[in-house]
Amino acid sequence: MVATSQYLMLGALLFSVGVVGVFIRRNAIVIFMCIELMLNAVNLTFVALSRSMGQLDGQVFVFFIMTVAAAEAAVGLAIILTLFRRRHTLNVDEVNLLKW
Amino acid sequence: MEQIIFWCCGMLALIFSVLMILKRNPVHSALCLVVVLVVLAVLYVMLGAEFLAAVQVIVYAGAIMVLFLFVIMLLNIEEELHRPETSRWLIKAGGVAGVGMLLLFFISAGVFKAFSTAGMAGQPAAGISNSRAIAELLFTKYLLPFEVTSVLLLAAIVGAVILAGKKES
Repeated sequence: MVATSQYLMLGALLFSVGVVGVFIRRNAIVIFMCIELMLNAVNLTFVALSRSMGQLDGQVFVFFIMTVAAAEAAVGLAIILTLFRRRHTLNVDEVNLLKW
Repeated sequence: MEQIIFWCCGMLALIFSVLMILKRNPVHSALCLVVVLVVLAVLYVMLGAEFLAAVQVIVYAGAIMVLFLFVIMLLNIEEELHRPETSRWLIKAGGVAGVGMLLLFFISAGVFKAFSTAGMAGQPAAGISNSRAIAELLFTKYLLPFEVTSVLLLAAIVGAVILAGKKES
């Protein structure tokens, strides 16, 4: 029997790796992937707590998070595509203006 | 047995997530992320969430990651590989943020461990399968959010098409 706190620890570790990734990488696509990683860490936490509480609401929430992540990925990647077409760079440090 | 599987999966997930943020080539990062997502699906099965495990593999590891790889390959990234990376203070800030985050979560996990009395508070209705139970919840209690989600997806599709569609000015 794996304790709930072990799952919470794993989720915490994965989330922290995602946070560090957002800080140390400058490639927009990789930053985006790190955000997906953080979402997944939170999903793991939701499922673990859902089991611990004996309720399925947490799993329904994970379902919604996955849907939102799919929508977010579609829009985000479209933005990155447009960005690359106009600026020919993916480095977020070079993209510091809202309009050019 | 369950412990062994958990530790193997946990180690795999951690190793590949760290590899993901260290690899310079975005394609490698994406492939590492796929491994992490599949391992998380295994953990979902262990937690008794079979439906979510299936959705995780199909939607995340299948659809979203293919979208990522597609975009990576659409943009030519060869020139990006030789760029200078992050400034030093940002790396330090990242380290501090990561460690701080970790501490925060560990404290909250410790608090949870100290105060959780239930442990395994009765799995809901043993006879019903996981996906059926989720479906019942989804179409009764969470019907409105479910419908709103469809509007959100529609808006996302329209937005993506408008943003990425060819309109060279």
